[in-house]
Amino acid sequence: MKAFTAHRGLVGPMDRANVDTDMIIPKQFLKSIKRSGFGPNLFDELRYQDEGQPGEDCTNRPLKEGFPLNFPRYKGASVLLARKNFGCGSSREHAPWALEDYGFNAVIAPSYADIFYNNCFKNGLLPVMLTEEQVDILFKEMEAEEGYQLSIDLPSQTVTTDSGHVFRFELDEFRKECLLNGLDEIGLTLKEADAIKQYETERAAQHPWVFGAIK
Amino acid sequence: MTGRTLYDKLWDSHLVKQNSDGSSLIYIDRHVIHEVTSPQAFEGLRLAGRMPWRLDTNIATPDHNISTDKTERDAGVAGMTDEVSRIQVQTLDDNCDLYGIKEFKINEMGQGIVHVMGPELGATMPGMTVVCGDSHTATHGALACLAHGIGTSEVEHVLATQCLVAKKMKNMRVTVNGTVGVGVTPKDVVLAIIGKIGTAGGNEHAIEFAGSVFRDMSIEGRMTVCNMAIEAGARVGMVAVDQKTIDYCEGRQFVPQGEMFDQAVAYWKTLTSDADAQFDTEVELAAEDIAPQVTWGTSPEMVAAVTASVPTLDQQPNEEKRKGLERALEYMGLEGGQSIESIYVVRVFIGSCTNSRIEDMRAAAAVAKGRQVASSVKQVLIVPGSQMVKAQAEAEGLDKIFIAAGMDWREPGCSMCLAMNADKLGAGEHCASTSNRNFEGRQGNGGRTHLMSPAMAAAAAVAGHIVDVRSFLLQDVGGAV
Repeated sequence: MKAFTAHRGLVGPMDRANVDTDMIIPKQFLKSIKRSGFGPNLFDELRYQDEGQPGEDCTNRPLKEGFPLNFPRYKGASVLLARKNFGCGSSREHAPWALEDYGFNAVIAPSYADIFYNNCFKNGLLPVMLTEEQVDILFKEMEAEEGYQLSIDLPSQTVTTDSGHVFRFELDEFRKECLLNGLDEIGLTLKEADAIKQYETERAAQHPWVFGAIK
Repeated sequence: MTGRTLYDKLWDSHLVKQNSDGSSLIYIDRHVIHEVTSPQAFEGLRLAGRMPWRLDTNIATPDHNISTDKTERDAGVAGMTDEVSRIQVQTLDDNCDLYGIKEFKINEMGQGIVHVMGPELGATMPGMTVVCGDSHTATHGALACLAHGIGTSEVEHVLATQCLVAKKMKNMRVTVNGTVGVGVTPKDVVLAIIGKIGTAGGNEHAIEFAGSVFRDMSIEGRMTVCNMAIEAGARVGMVAVDQKTIDYCEGRQFVPQGEMFDQAVAYWKTLTSDADAQFDTEVELAAEDIAPQVTWGTSPEMVAAVTASVPTLDQQPNEEKRKGLERALEYMGLEGGQSIESIYVVRVFIGSCTNSRIEDMRAAAAVAKGRQVASSVKQVLIVPGSQMVKAQAEAEGLDKIFIAAGMDWREPGCSMCLAMNADKLGAGEHCASTSNRNFEGRQGNGGRTHLMSPAMAAAAAVAGHIVDVRSFLLQDVGGAV
């Protein structure tokens, strides 16, 4: 898995609450059997005037001018600044794949939907959770300054602005370790193979119907 | 020791290892697989040179991406006209064949929407942990399972290890006591709950639905409710075991028989929250306050009684919510203050993992019987949730009722709930839909979704606009309108 330690980059906005994963990557792109290539279709319906199709070259598609991530000033953004309950709805991991493929290394929002939040960590995309007030400050600073960048440091769990704000964020120790070291979670779990087998033996004695039924 | 909730019990009985960093290793009993979120997981398995940990835990079927058109379906996978979709379904078949995973293939009896298929085959049983790469996996919680959606990386994790690394959620209890009125269905109950707690209200929680309304509800109705827990932000929704749960399971294909069934039942009966169990969050609604519900906006929390009106901007004091409301009204092409019943629909969709079971088909047919689809309505899709539902509905003659009313009787699949196949809305089209999400573009780019119950959707098809189904039901019993 891709590791994340620290990142400094241009901030881009997604200024609305309850952004769902259908919005992040619409369903027609879920037909792909690959993990990559979703970036050009990130926020497809908000970003383009026409309806995108899988496999289509997006370079000449007409853009919606009013969509902030299409503004030249946010071109190359690698930190997405968002509002509460980001990533709600469908469990599609294509959502973090699309964000990551577009070029985002981190998202900053006051809260996330549970499944999306979990999916981010599997893909080296850091979902930073700050308070609504802190996110408001970042939105104001970003809007006021073209080329606005900020720094995110995972070991110290901080977001630092050039204006001098240092915001600490929380996350689970296990997730932090995996992300810092780019650990293979499946490999880690397989180290517990003996414990899993022991559990299965005990469980099969208690609840035998859970095993062997489906053939 | 204080009592444990149903969720606590399910969690405790699947705990393989508690780690010092606060995470836990949880054992997964049942893994349900479909074509859209699994190909990258199988590929990951192959790239790492790993094999599935267990085979008899997995059950697969194609549902999201397949056509519901009979002619195309009869041609099987090879006859799928969308080449990208065909490759995806073929990839599921290939992966299941390669590893020896049980799959109900495209036109096989047993195939269906994953969350219809699992319970109806008895593949999901009380007390199990059930996961699937689909957020509506909470559906299985109607059988007192700990069931939730996962991403593709976790699909691979479960395939490879039969476990997930998890953190225990908080306990929420949503209690609805009383008796719901005529024409008020499980869909209305869950929409009312979402309207009350909001689309993020259940974040980080596992919800147990409790109270007389859920006890009185059929198992299929409980599935409709648990299905939409995710629309309230909760990955998990559950209802405790009672005699209905046991009766539902008995005799199904993968459910044990004889002595082992009795042994299972003895355990299943323990799957209730203890009387002195503590919940982190409690929510209560009164059944009598719930009318048939309709969503008017672009989030399931944007919901109102059919007798109400679309909210106006000046009713919303919170600035962020007002911005959201303004955007939703613009997207939906609605005016604040217009009555819900004044919303005209041009398409109707009755189906999805929320509302495509036999009771849903019967409820829609009861309204459609002897009536005609309004001439202004372009299409009414009736999509049974599985081959078994389809066969049962046809045995009861429901298909003939729908066809006589001018509706399309289709092949089982997810269809217009997420519109990955050809079943979709055109830009600006309003749809009365029994599905679970009214997000922008969900049912087609620019489409406008109104979520409601199957009976309400059938009534909208006949009236050509959203209408209180209770007026139809009164007509049917010869009462005043």
